[in-house]
Amino acid sequence: MMTEFTPFLSLGGGILIGLAALGGFLLFGRVLGMTGILANTLRFDFGEAGWRPMFLIGLVLGPLVLSWVMPSPHGFQAPGVVALIVGGLLVGYGTRVGSGCTSGHGICGISRLSKRSIVAVCTFMATAFVTVFVTRHLLGVVS
Amino acid sequence: MNRWVALLLGALFGAGLYISGMTNPQKIINFLDVAGHWDLSLMFVMGGGIPVAAMGYVLLTRRGKPVLFEDSQIPGPGLIDRPLVIGSAIFGVGWGIAGLCPGPAFASILLEPMVILPYLVALFVGSLAYERLHG
Repeated sequence: MMTEFTPFLSLGGGILIGLAALGGFLLFGRVLGMTGILANTLRFDFGEAGWRPMFLIGLVLGPLVLSWVMPSPHGFQAPGVVALIVGGLLVGYGTRVGSGCTSGHGICGISRLSKRSIVAVCTFMATAFVTVFVTRHLLGVVS
Repeated sequence: MNRWVALLLGALFGAGLYISGMTNPQKIINFLDVAGHWDLSLMFVMGGGIPVAAMGYVLLTRRGKPVLFEDSQIPGPGLIDRPLVIGSAIFGVGWGIAGLCPGPAFASILLEPMVILPYLVALFVGSLAYERLHG
């Protein structure tokens, strides 16, 4: 299914994400990486001032409140439940082994020119491109 | 006050994901589908986010310590080792299959609970498996 190319909305949204990461660095001295925040919160390691669960609550409330005033301009189309579960298992395991995902390695890691993060991003981008090529074009799974 | 700042940063991050379109799994899969209906919006998210985040890191480095917390906890250089590469490779496969990574999934939990819940449960199971095997 096609989605519309949205350079302005995506750039604007990216700047908001960047501002949050800027705040994480400058105000907290922390990397706003979702893998670490989720893993530590599940271990009840909430961090100074309980910032990790508070961040997660904000992460859920931000889009919810926004959706009341502005319905998503992008819509929402997800693959089937089997793909979600298989994908979720691999993402849950892989991000822990590789110590990060698109937020920690992607936004925060690249922005501080971390070699580890740059290698991580190139690796997960590469396997993700190959995966979509295989599922969509070789196996013909339309999603 | 710090906890409210954390809430605000989370809300800002979530709003950014929502506005940028990254909470729509189809948009992620289409970014990854160079051979199909390629939608390169995700590059613009990275292009907007990374320079702004970099300013925060530069300011922190110049200042020496964060404004609100006692000490910085930024990971050091570290080794490019097998777990980093293998784990990231596995993550990429899952990302390509589901079109969701942890941030956007968590941000959409109340908007699309029926879709996000099975994904997040699987994500936690995968994370627990890591702790059982390597923790």
